[in-house]
Amino acid sequence: MSETKKFMYVNRHAPYGTVYALEGLEVVLIGAAFEQEVSMAFIGDGVFQLKQGQDTVDSDMKNFSPAYRALGDYEVNRLYVERDSLEERGLNEDDLMPLTWEDEDDDWAEKKSIHIVSRAQLADLLEEQDVILNF
Amino acid sequence: MLHTVNKSPYDSSSLRTCLSLAKSGSDLLLIEDGVYGALSGSVHSDSIAEALNSLKVYALGPDLKARGISEDRLVSGIQVVGYDGFVELATGNDKVQSWL
Repeated sequence: MSETKKFMYVNRHAPYGTVYALEGLEVVLIGAAFEQEVSMAFIGDGVFQLKQGQDTVDSDMKNFSPAYRALGDYEVNRLYVERDSLEERGLNEDDLMPLTWEDEDDDWAEKKSIHIVSRAQLADLLEEQDVILNF
Repeated sequence: MLHTVNKSPYDSSSLRTCLSLAKSGSDLLLIEDGVYGALSGSVHSDSIAEALNSLKVYALGPDLKARGISEDRLVSGIQVVGYDGFVELATGNDKVQSWL
């Protein structure tokens, strides 16, 4: 029985323009199998990864945005989005995909995975991690 | 001259440099992550709106669509073009400056 550590994946890149977002998401989904306490942070252009309505049919790229919906099933249900990053980009919480998870300790109630946080709150979250991985 | 910008304005100085050097009457086409520069209500909206006084500004539709940005979210005056419009802009101008 190994010790559970707090892992945070920090996402700072927009999807599609570079491969960071897709690679990061794949690592999170793989890493979810190791039963650690996993959270994700979306800072700067990383917030664009969660934008609703992505549709790559005309641009011949892989639309990987539906895969974020699987995170809840892997108990990755703490997605922290920095409020200032949204506002600088003309976005708000309603622009993001409505990601949810089911809480087995609360009669499988459906709960929001996305939490909008301030810069100060995010700084505290970073501080309390054991491991931080950047994409 | 046609200027293209393919980087997010939050991640790179490409758009700012382009806007500072593009002469009046030029065309500017935002492509790939450059289309994020077209969003209204952002910290870059004012500089794009100002540029629209002297430049024609376009954004590539398929790249907007991939990123979930609908046309009603763009700074007013930006025209959305498809790949055919990209070709027309490239061939209709005497040269293309790609701000990478």
